[in-house]
Amino acid sequence: MSEPSNIPLRSDTQEAGPMRLVATLGLAGFFAGLLLVTGFVYTLPMIEANKAESLRVAVYQVLEGCAGFDQLGWDGQKLTTQLGTGVELAPVYLGRDASGRVIGFAVTTEEPGFQDIIRAIYGYDPTTDQIIGMEILESKETPGLGDKIFKDDAFRANFTALAVQPAIVSVKKGEKARPNEVEAITGATISSKAVTRLLQKGMEAWRQPILDFQAQLDPQGENTKSQ
Amino acid sequence: MNTPDGHWDVFVKGLWKENPVFVAVLGMCPTLAVTNTAINSLAMGAATLFVLFFSSLLVSLLRKVIAKQVRITTYIVIIATFVSLVDMLLAALVPDIHKELGAFIALIVVNCVILGRQEAFAASNRVGPALLDAAGMGVGFSMALLMIGVVRELLGNGSLFDIPVFGSSFEPWIVMILPPGGFFTLGFLLLIFNTVARRRATRSSIVTKA
Repeated sequence: MSEPSNIPLRSDTQEAGPMRLVATLGLAGFFAGLLLVTGFVYTLPMIEANKAESLRVAVYQVLEGCAGFDQLGWDGQKLTTQLGTGVELAPVYLGRDASGRVIGFAVTTEEPGFQDIIRAIYGYDPTTDQIIGMEILESKETPGLGDKIFKDDAFRANFTALAVQPAIVSVKKGEKARPNEVEAITGATISSKAVTRLLQKGMEAWRQPILDFQAQLDPQGENTKSQ
Repeated sequence: MNTPDGHWDVFVKGLWKENPVFVAVLGMCPTLAVTNTAINSLAMGAATLFVLFFSSLLVSLLRKVIAKQVRITTYIVIIATFVSLVDMLLAALVPDIHKELGAFIALIVVNCVILGRQEAFAASNRVGPALLDAAGMGVGFSMALLMIGVVRELLGNGSLFDIPVFGSSFEPWIVMILPPGGFFTLGFLLLIFNTVARRRATRSSIVTKA
């Protein structure tokens, strides 16, 4: 691949002084930076819109019949709909149906899988204390194996009515006996267990706050109107 | 033009005679890692082609400006810039494919096919041939990746571009979509490629003797 006739071309740059070298690299860095910032500014709104859109779609998928949702805040002690100073955004979304009735909560959570962090969102219904749907938001699990956590319908069926008490546990395929058990995917045990752990962690962190929030929203156990 | 070959030859050599994967055996990281499905192979090939094309354009344009001592650094800065751009563009325009390729987009920076072409060709040739060379090498690389991806997806998942091919009675060879499958497929394709190349060489030498 060598082109002997071209070697003399380089000789004119042979004696480049230090200033020239610094200038070359400085200019390269400057223009690279310029290009990158332009690209970043141009694509950022699209990337954020994509993320927001995939989250929005996922909330609708995990809460059946959902017509609208609000992200809740965490004020240090409890979940709140009042987002303001001293309140940080919680990974919890309050879902309502078309008539404004609260139908459940969607929670995002993450956990290391086989390759990288798996991010997921799941729907939780505090009235039945069950997980009612689960979608994977981000995963780099092995195509054909680990990616069955979001491609395999049999595995996904685990999450349509999954009891969260006493704890969500993973069992081998075909051995599900109790409502709190998740049947793992054969050949993708690590990914399946990661999903189980991820749900368990999400529930450990947010089950009680959600139950408290629900009780406060709905003291008589009646349906709550949208504010 | 600096090369004795015609324009067409500059382009075509990347496809077969100097194919970056099957002949030069460069860029093995993406070749083995993301070729588990045909669509991933295609996306990776296209992203590499984009980076290679624009890096060659800039390196060739600036070949008399870039001082020899810092040329590699400068090439890397140029390549890394286009890789970051391609990463952002994919995330913005085709989020699904971006999700599939994951970290491997960023790793195009260290794909030695790209740096290799800058040093071996773009740095010492005018813009026209440099672009043809980049296009040829990029297409050659994409073709090689696609060949591996098609074999691996067919055997490992029984599908092609996510469309089932063999029906439900087919038991997928899961190993083919796992890392070892990449080595098996690459090994077999290299064997076929080299056998064909050797046969051709023998035949042409017989022809010239006769």
